[in-house]
Amino acid sequence: MNDMTTIERAVTTSEKKIDAKGVNVHYADTHAIKNVDVEIDDKTVTAFIGPSGCGKSTFLRCLNRMNDTIDICRVTGDILLDDEDIYHPKVDPVQLRAKVGMVFQKPNPFPKSIYDNVAYGPRIHGLAQNKADLDDIVEKSLRRAALWNEVKDRLDKPGTGLSGGQQQRLCIARAVATSPEVLLMDEPCSALDPIATAQVENLIDDLRSRFSVVIVTHSMAQASRISQKTAFFHLGELIEFGDTTQIFTNPVDPRTESYITGRIG
Amino acid sequence: MTDASSNTPRLTTSIIEPDPRTRRRNASERRFRAYGLAAIGTGIAALIFLVISIVSNGYTAFLQTYITIPVELSEQRLDPQGNRDPEEMARVTTFGYAPVLAMALQSHLIEQGIPMDGVNPRDLMAMISQEAPAQVRNLVLANPEIVGQTLDMEMLASGRIDGYFKGRVTLESAERDSNVSPAQLALAAAMAEAGLMDTRFNWAFITGPDASGQRPEAAGLGVAILGSLYMMIVVLALALPIGVAASIYLEEFAPKNRFTDIIEVNISNLAAVPSIVFGILGLAIFINFAGLPQSAPIVGGLVLTLMTLPTIIIATRASLRAVPPSIRDAALGLGASKMQSVFHHVLPLAMPGILTGTIIGLAQALGETAPLLLIGMVAFVREFPDAPPEGLFDPTSALPVQVFSWTQRADPAFVERASGATIVLLVFLVSMNLLAVMLRRRFERRW
Ligand SMILES: Nc1ncnc2c1ncn2[C@@H]1O[C@H](COP(=O)(O)OP(=O)(O)O)[C@@H](O)[C@H]1O
Ligand SMILES: [Mg+2]
Repeated sequence: MNDMTTIERAVTTSEKKIDAKGVNVHYADTHAIKNVDVEIDDKTVTAFIGPSGCGKSTFLRCLNRMNDTIDICRVTGDILLDDEDIYHPKVDPVQLRAKVGMVFQKPNPFPKSIYDNVAYGPRIHGLAQNKADLDDIVEKSLRRAALWNEVKDRLDKPGTGLSGGQQQRLCIARAVATSPEVLLMDEPCSALDPIATAQVENLIDDLRSRFSVVIVTHSMAQASRISQKTAFFHLGELIEFGDTTQIFTNPVDPRTESYITGRIG
Repeated sequence: MTDASSNTPRLTTSIIEPDPRTRRRNASERRFRAYGLAAIGTGIAALIFLVISIVSNGYTAFLQTYITIPVELSEQRLDPQGNRDPEEMARVTTFGYAPVLAMALQSHLIEQGIPMDGVNPRDLMAMISQEAPAQVRNLVLANPEIVGQTLDMEMLASGRIDGYFKGRVTLESAERDSNVSPAQLALAAAMAEAGLMDTRFNWAFITGPDASGQRPEAAGLGVAILGSLYMMIVVLALALPIGVAASIYLEEFAPKNRFTDIIEVNISNLAAVPSIVFGILGLAIFINFAGLPQSAPIVGGLVLTLMTLPTIIIATRASLRAVPPSIRDAALGLGASKMQSVFHHVLPLAMPGILTGTIIGLAQALGETAPLLLIGMVAFVREFPDAPPEGLFDPTSALPVQVFSWTQRADPAFVERASGATIVLLVFLVSMNLLAVMLRRRFERRW
């Protein structure tokens, strides 16, 4: 626990990107998210922490409507992205997901070449005019994901042939390539070793300059290292939400304190 | 934790000497392996036995005895008007040609000094296939200018003589056989000695049409192979797209509710419906109701499509389900539509499984007999069908049905033909399976 040093970090901007109000999620009879209000700022890393099964992933998946793919899942409440309701009947979730990218817990590169993995998003969204454009996007995205130097000589090799950490960075590059405005990450480091974790963490800190990042993490050390805002969930409720420094040094709710000191988990 | 372990007695035996428990466990494992090996061994033995018995019975169908003699195509008999007009000449039937061949054979034997002891002219003629006059007639009608010339003609030997060279007919069996006498066999042997008869590869068995029950030596598989081929084209063109589309819809798009559950159960049920039921269905719907022609490959193909669909759907759904959901999530998470995620990512990964399922379904359909009997594909067909698409409506036979109808015929020479047809069918099935394996490899190599 000695790495739980909290780093003071200036929050560059505090423009509101996502505003969720009164969000409730039901899986058939399970009430997984209970009346949650969260504001997510632009160019900020927001961490969701909490014990397993408390609904972090569920809430994260509300933000790009990935929950739509689960038949039994029902979401109510308002989630505004730049003041537009993402659950408005006229919203096309496909367009939304181009704006709100996602990186999953388990690295899931497509069984295609590294190049095609990264180029897929730009291709389906028509972001490149020609091959040179596309090459450029692929290179920039891979550089942004700190993977370029490792893979530049084997872009045509399968993405599934990379190591776990490289695969996860490839997935990040793939998500970044569509130029999303918000990047959602669901425990992106849980399948990685400490070195790969450190690389991804550095990367997330860089990504903050261009995106708003929401990251679910099991590790409080990680939350305190990389995030500016932290939300603590417990049994489907949002217990406490505030600046990371404040949550980790001076939590208001006794449950938050018990969790970060390791008494609930 | 320490409490629990202190209660259990410690094992004091050496690990070099296996204890009785381990020995029993190892023995049971060895027994299980032995059962497995025995089961596989039995299966392979049965397969080898089957292949050997079919091949040993059937390989002779690919050989055929021919008689080659010079024949004088006498103008007086074949073109009495002398104007070489095929329409006029067509009035001379095969009965007019038979004596020409008989005389040619007789005079050639005398010329060569081959004795015809105990073989009267009728018996001599019986050594030539009844098909031979028809073949010569067709040749003459197609080339009227050859009338009047003397040409070397190659004629089919009759079934019994053919059987003699293949070992099916012997001097002893000829004693008891009213269709052939030992004297004829002796003459045949002498003719072979003189180079007038020889046995060689029989392309006509693969390319020629069926022949009547009296002419096993002329019976071929050509029409049946074409019929089967046409049906497979129909099945492939209908069952693959319909089956794959239905599976994709059910697996990826359809809501999971009562209704789709019922559909799912019924698709599995359809796969278990006896094939003859599909034949009855085809008869009722495609022939009686829709008015499609009997014995036509289009009807057979439609019936086999119905039979093959469940197989393809089940295989396709299984391989779609085997694609990890994380791939779909990845695509959707990037803003791909459902359709894009399926067609760009899921379907290519499921392709090897879909192809294998399809080819297995096709192979099943190729070997299916019962429903075809009901829709009249068992009819005796000598006419080759036209090229598709019109040919799909012409009457044809089918390979397995041809095997079936040949086994029904009296002449023992048809047993050989039926086994030969089975070999052809097996060759097709094995090649289809090889194709499945090859396609699988090709698609899987894309990692
Ligand atoms: N697909 C699903 N179907 C039904 N219940 C689910 C599903 N996904 C999650 N849940 C339930 O929702 C609750 C929250 O789960 P989740 O969001 O995955 O938690 P976390 O990510 O915080 O560990 C849990 O009680 C879980 O059982
Ligand atoms: Mg989770």
